[in-house]
Amino acid sequence: MTRQDCEGLDLQLTAYQDGELDQVAVAAIEEHLKSCPGCAARIERERRMKALLERHLTPITAPVGLRDRVQAAVRQREAAPARRPPIAWSWVAVAAALVLAVFGGREWGRSSAPAGAVSPAEQLVTAHIRSLQLDHLTDVPSSEHHTVRPWFDGKLDFAPPVPVLDSAGFALVGGRLDYLLDRPLAAIVYRRRQHLINLFLWPDSRPPTPAASESARGYNLVHGVAGAFSYWAVSDLNAAELADFAGRIRRELEGSAR
Amino acid sequence: MGRLVLGPEKLAHFESVLLPHLDAAYGLARYLMRDDHDAEDVVQDAYLRAVRHFEGFRGGDGRAWLLAIVRRTCYTQLKRRRDGPTVAVFDDQPDPAIDPVDVLEMAEQERLRETLSQAVAALPVEFREVVVLRDLEGLSYKEISSVVGVPIGTVMSRLARGRRRLHAAIPIGERERE
Repeated sequence: MTRQDCEGLDLQLTAYQDGELDQVAVAAIEEHLKSCPGCAARIERERRMKALLERHLTPITAPVGLRDRVQAAVRQREAAPARRPPIAWSWVAVAAALVLAVFGGREWGRSSAPAGAVSPAEQLVTAHIRSLQLDHLTDVPSSEHHTVRPWFDGKLDFAPPVPVLDSAGFALVGGRLDYLLDRPLAAIVYRRRQHLINLFLWPDSRPPTPAASESARGYNLVHGVAGAFSYWAVSDLNAAELADFAGRIRRELEGSAR
Repeated sequence: MGRLVLGPEKLAHFESVLLPHLDAAYGLARYLMRDDHDAEDVVQDAYLRAVRHFEGFRGGDGRAWLLAIVRRTCYTQLKRRRDGPTVAVFDDQPDPAIDPVDVLEMAEQERLRETLSQAVAALPVEFREVVVLRDLEGLSYKEISSVVGVPIGTVMSRLARGRRRLHAAIPIGERERE
């Protein structure tokens, strides 16, 4: 065969290795390989590269928790009642039953009984998920700090700070009252890309404690005591960015206490 | 039909068909985005898109169908970030520098894996996606053609060129040539 034939075959050698050529093309290549040391060497290299890739290109495993987060996001979308009330409400019931089944109804609802043995992290993750699933993310949906902050007046026995973090890439979504850990508290909601963050705040006169991170059921949490407040940030956002968020919140709390 | 909410039965179907391919989805996203966090965001976003388009899923194993959505989501994100897929890098531009390593002397498999992953990650995106779909995910040329939306002949030539670039980065068979 001529040099031109070799060039024509060039791109087919890979497909030949992958067993993706039809019989006619395979026969033509094998005939050519008998008489062409150049192409024979090339196909040997192809074979080695393919073997190398098959053996050593390590399958990538999704990070722990991603499955739960994806599932929660999918179900959350399903539960959005605004889109199709008749269908969605039935699904809300399913979601509610699910939460009740999983947590034994221990702290279901806004005026729940004492939480017993469920850890604060578990309770707050449940509250976070519930805020997404029941389309009750905010009582006061507003990106305006000046709207959200006064809204809490008279509804709580404390005035929660509502830090402005737009410039850091955390947009304010709104505020909500919640009743958790046996007390009313403020939930302030922020958004980073498509990730929602629930920031739970209540007064705490204990001395400051350093920020601590943990995770529960695929969600990340950062919490601490600073500036006479307890704060908990809960989100499906990755741990590093959530820590950044919580660090900014903490500095705001410390600043407002001074 | 065409409704936005699947309902519990279809949701269960959706989850049983598509959640098993989470690793494949993440693998493709990880190679296309080249960033762990972005890959996670893309996968989550892709599954939400998949919910919206699930009426259009015509059965089968769901993997190629999902990967096509993951790929589109990656491209949308990359475009948004403006460092997205460069369109005109099909030919003979020098590859990003990777230290040539004689794999025959590489004792540690771990290092080989790393070198290989880096070489794949350094490929221009058109070549990278076909190499990942073929050599990591094990799709047939026909499936790749439907995921990427190009004819099989194009899959063939991109794969050949992609692997050739890998040869350049990891010169196996060096000794035979001498």
